[in-house]
Amino acid sequence: MASDSDSEEDFVTYGIPLEPLEEDEPLKKPIPLHEQTVKDEKGRYKRFHGAFTGGFSAGYFNTVGSKEGWAPSTFVSSRQQKADQHHARPEDFMDEEDFSEHGIAPREITTSQEFSSSRRDAAREKARAINAQTALIPGDTLLEDLIAPARSSIGVELLRRMGWKEGQGVGPRVKRKARRQQTDEVRLYGCALPPAGSEDSEDDDDDFAPENVTFAPKDVTPVDFSPRLGVQGLGYRGLDPGLALLGQGAPEHIDLFKPQSETRSRLFGDTQRSSRRGGVAGQAFGVGALEDDDDDDVYHRDSMSRYDSVLGGEEPGDGLYGWTAPQQYTKKRDKNKDASYLGKILEGFTLAQKPAEEKTIFPPPVLPRDYRPVHRFNPAVSVSHLSGVSPALAEALRTSRGHMVKEEPQQGGRHQLDSGQRRALLGEDALQGPSSVMELLRPEDRERLLNLRNSSNPPSTKTPTIESCNAPRLAGSSAGSSAGSSAGSSAGSLALSAAASSGLQQQQHEALVSWRGVQTSSQTFRPFENNPSKQARYEFYLSRLKQGDKDALDQSLDQGMTEWERSREREEFVRASILYRPTSSSLSSRFTRAKHQEDDDNVAVNRDQEGDVDDKQAAVKMKMFGKLTRETFEWHPDKLLCKRFNVPDPYPGSGMIGLPKVKRDKFSVFNFLTVTESRETTAPPKPPETGKKSRWDVSDQKEEKKKNKPLSEQTEAKLEQTSVPALPAPTNHQAPGDRTETKSAEEQSSDKKKEGDDEEEEEEEESRPPMDLFKAIFANSSDEKSSSSEGESEDEEEEKDTKEDEGKMDPQVPNLFNISSNITSTSSVTSSSGTSSSTTTKSNQQTEAVVLSQTSTQEEFGPKLPPPSGALIRGGATSLCSPSEEEKPSKKSKEKKHKNKKQHKHKKDKKVRKQEKSVFNETVFIHSSYCSCDLDFTFCFVEEET
Amino acid sequence: MFLSCFDSGYVMAFPQPRPQAPQLPQHLLRTIDCQQGAVRAVRFNADGNYLLSCGSDKSLKLWSVSRGTLLKTYSGHGYEVLDADGSYDNSQLCSCSSDKTVILWDVGTGQVTRKLRGHAGKVNCVQFNEEATVILSGSIDGTVRCWDTRSRRFEPIQVLDEARDSISSVKVAQHELLTGSVDGRVRRYDLRMGQLHVDFISSPITCVCFSQDGQCTLSSSLDSTVRLLDKSTGEMLGEYTGHKMKGYKLDCCLSSKDTHVLSCSEDGHVYCWDLVEGSLSLKLPVGKAVVQSLSFHPTETCLLTAMEGRVQVWGTEPEETEEDTMAT
Repeated sequence: MASDSDSEEDFVTYGIPLEPLEEDEPLKKPIPLHEQTVKDEKGRYKRFHGAFTGGFSAGYFNTVGSKEGWAPSTFVSSRQQKADQHHARPEDFMDEEDFSEHGIAPREITTSQEFSSSRRDAAREKARAINAQTALIPGDTLLEDLIAPARSSIGVELLRRMGWKEGQGVGPRVKRKARRQQTDEVRLYGCALPPAGSEDSEDDDDDFAPENVTFAPKDVTPVDFSPRLGVQGLGYRGLDPGLALLGQGAPEHIDLFKPQSETRSRLFGDTQRSSRRGGVAGQAFGVGALEDDDDDDVYHRDSMSRYDSVLGGEEPGDGLYGWTAPQQYTKKRDKNKDASYLGKILEGFTLAQKPAEEKTIFPPPVLPRDYRPVHRFNPAVSVSHLSGVSPALAEALRTSRGHMVKEEPQQGGRHQLDSGQRRALLGEDALQGPSSVMELLRPEDRERLLNLRNSSNPPSTKTPTIESCNAPRLAGSSAGSSAGSSAGSSAGSLALSAAASSGLQQQQHEALVSWRGVQTSSQTFRPFENNPSKQARYEFYLSRLKQGDKDALDQSLDQGMTEWERSREREEFVRASILYRPTSSSLSSRFTRAKHQEDDDNVAVNRDQEGDVDDKQAAVKMKMFGKLTRETFEWHPDKLLCKRFNVPDPYPGSGMIGLPKVKRDKFSVFNFLTVTESRETTAPPKPPETGKKSRWDVSDQKEEKKKNKPLSEQTEAKLEQTSVPALPAPTNHQAPGDRTETKSAEEQSSDKKKEGDDEEEEEEEESRPPMDLFKAIFANSSDEKSSSSEGESEDEEEEKDTKEDEGKMDPQVPNLFNISSNITSTSSVTSSSGTSSSTTTKSNQQTEAVVLSQTSTQEEFGPKLPPPSGALIRGGATSLCSPSEEEKPSKKSKEKKHKNKKQHKHKKDKKVRKQEKSVFNETVFIHSSYCSCDLDFTFCFVEEET
Repeated sequence: MFLSCFDSGYVMAFPQPRPQAPQLPQHLLRTIDCQQGAVRAVRFNADGNYLLSCGSDKSLKLWSVSRGTLLKTYSGHGYEVLDADGSYDNSQLCSCSSDKTVILWDVGTGQVTRKLRGHAGKVNCVQFNEEATVILSGSIDGTVRCWDTRSRRFEPIQVLDEARDSISSVKVAQHELLTGSVDGRVRRYDLRMGQLHVDFISSPITCVCFSQDGQCTLSSSLDSTVRLLDKSTGEMLGEYTGHKMKGYKLDCCLSSKDTHVLSCSEDGHVYCWDLVEGSLSLKLPVGKAVVQSLSFHPTETCLLTAMEGRVQVWGTEPEETEEDTMAT
């Protein structure tokens, strides 16, 4: 009714809409028991005392007092202030919540009748109506209303002041002339005033209305917003006292289609009033004693005459116009007439102006005759569907397909997936556009970047396949092959972050060195197990590493991933391959794999990390010991230790021992962050363009080779000249010149290196387990003498190698980094010792300088015990002093010499040393104090001076 | 370097001017040729009547200080013995060695009571606690292991693996453990408080000591400096330089009355500084080689030094009887 004039339907919403559901919203926690409290209407807590102890508590803990205590009112009367008569009312002794039960009106501020809207208290209205019906004179409220004082609410009063009259609608006055004009002269003005439907009928009559006259809007029946009271269903109507009390109120005719009509008729009072007096009558109520009318049927009898026999029937009408309703109005209603068949329209609802659009439902397609409802997975589809991976990876996936399909849904949240996986899940195709920034660059820019990268990075392209792949890209071909684009993108990233990636490149090389030639396929450590495709890529990378492929990394990465993801994965792979590099065969035969693999990905990391060393170093330099250099940690001694020390346990009940640890993700980036920092501090990033080419440039590419031809020939000549065994290339970040690289024997001829000033080419040979290992395990120290032969030159290197390997097997992650730093320094020392030994023939001053530099590097290692040989000289008694002791440092030094010098020179030198054995002036011990190795890693270096 | 008035020549010139309050062990009482290779460490026992010498020929020897006679040789180590300590009641000895073991000895019989394996590298230092219920051993593997001498357990009670590098020195005083490590940090484990205090010295630590009153810690490091730190705050109370300690693991100690700081030196001297003033009080010429180890008598003014294969006993006054021992 209210929306009569609106052509467009708008829905009125009541109440506060619920907030839309968030996707990731966590479930609401259930209210815990201690928060489930009962409060009274004033918000005070109610304590429940149980059914037999009186239910909710009264007063203050069942007393008459309050929290502040019970203060009885005392009688006070004075001359000035007479105590007034105090009437104790029952309310004084009652709780407020009990007032209503005893019919005592609560004393509170309410709206007075003058201000209250008449519609508000429908309940009172109803009660009054009922009272009126039950009165002796039924309907005497009419009389009451008639003689009621003319009293209207303040709202009506205000409206009247504003010019409102009874029967009018509220709102701005309406012109009716305009609509007439519109209907007649549409063409002339073309203005489109909104048509007001319901008033059209009246406009027809208002021909005489002058133009300047406006009319008040039609009164509308307001929507009744009275809330539902009671628990009955919608549309329920209880026993109508109007019918029941009137006795004969039941209509003779039951209109099935218009249940409203009877109410309407009753509203307008057009039911036949029975002449009888009131009384409860109706179905199953029987006949009262006072009923004098006996001929009426006591029991209800139905007859067909009470029902309609024809559909349709009476004219509709909503009672606003009654039978005087204009023709237009009734006609317009017609289209909605059938809606009334649906039943009674509920209170507060109106019929829709526009019928809801019918949904067309299409029937499902007819199944073909030979359809079998069994789905078979097509293996080829599932693999190719994954992503545009390299064929080898696809092969790898195909072999482990069943594995993959099973594991795919177990993957974690969407944030753990990379873009390729998400794409696979969504079933999208790979983007066809350029996958990296490099593709967007002009060809010449790209070439420039590549040159930059070549000058600053070790050769990553070695195989002819990649070179052929690179060549067209260099020529400036457009983004075609995905492999080329990936290589280009990697080149771009490397060039752009040359400084940052140099460390990575070195690690990459380290990984290559350690993995190459490893034949064991029992690589059971799977660091990326919960991401099968990543694990597959990692294994592919390892397999390429084992083949000695230099750019295994770039090949194994997924080209479909973004640049960032790829760089991250690159770093992860290199890290993992270094951390879990295979042990050498001699060692791996000694170790067995754990029976139970620990399946949690956590490592215990010390909760309190030590502060910045640099700050402390500065404080030490300024001799400001104290707060700056001191750190205090919580430390838990063992209970037994406290007992043995006769000290109470400082942390009774804590099961912890040592420094408190926290669990961290094993493969978290943050666990590794410290490494990169330390590495970068030890190796300041080289500027990309150095005038001097590093040796990495040499074997980079064919054209580069040509450029460096003379240099490489030089080095080759040097190589032949000095076929000296070398260290197994531990990463050395001290200086670019100190770098040692290892090549396998067959590659040696092809790989040329350029080296620094007096640096020597070195070569590693993994032949047999180190003698020191056996010595440490089986032999006494007395055996040392016999084993100090000349052929032991590789042994010490092997020892270092195994040391590294053992370091990698160390379960503690933080220690790993100590190791790596130690390794770097050892290698630097050995190389510098190499330089020193080569210069022994030179002047003494130079040697001293070298010794000085050694002592400076020596600080990183532990102090060494003084030489025992002095005892020999002094005491002259050699019986008890074991010769091995005396031999030990010289043997070690021999190894060093042997390693760093040419053969013939070395022999001569040894003779010299034998002569000089008694003259023992200066010894320098360098002592690597690396922990947790099985071996005695004592590298001694003896420097003689005459 | 200046020489103070306590130089030996000065005192020689004036035989007994006035007994100086803090006397220094400047007279060589006797020299013991230990006949066990290089003496890696020399230690007094608890009451100072005996001394232990750790030889590089895998033997540990017990000597009488006053007579310079060999009392017992303890053999059982597989490599050179690096450190030793005696229990408070002189009934037990403990020693550590490059063979990665710690051995608990019975003094009387010379038998191995227990051989404690567990360190991954050679064991640099060993120490009993006050009641000889726990042996603490510090190793090149960066751990300090606390071994129980009471039970039959062969595992350490607790492993202190906070050091990042080799442990060079361990000391115990009542309820506190002091460790010096090559990572340049002095760590003090307070068992009563349950705290670990780390003092950063930066240079690799060779030796740490508690002062007798237990309020200070002394640490010598490879930057040729001995530092006296306040135990509670870590502030530096004194710095003693002049000696040479650059490459070897050499000892330092405090005198029995906490009046002087002593340190070995690579130039063949023992340097002795006044603790408060920090001035060099005595530069004791021991020999030409490196003074490897020293030990101060727990109560008297008596010093042991070890150089190469010999142990020298130094006292305040010359004794008559030391001449024959000198001859050997």
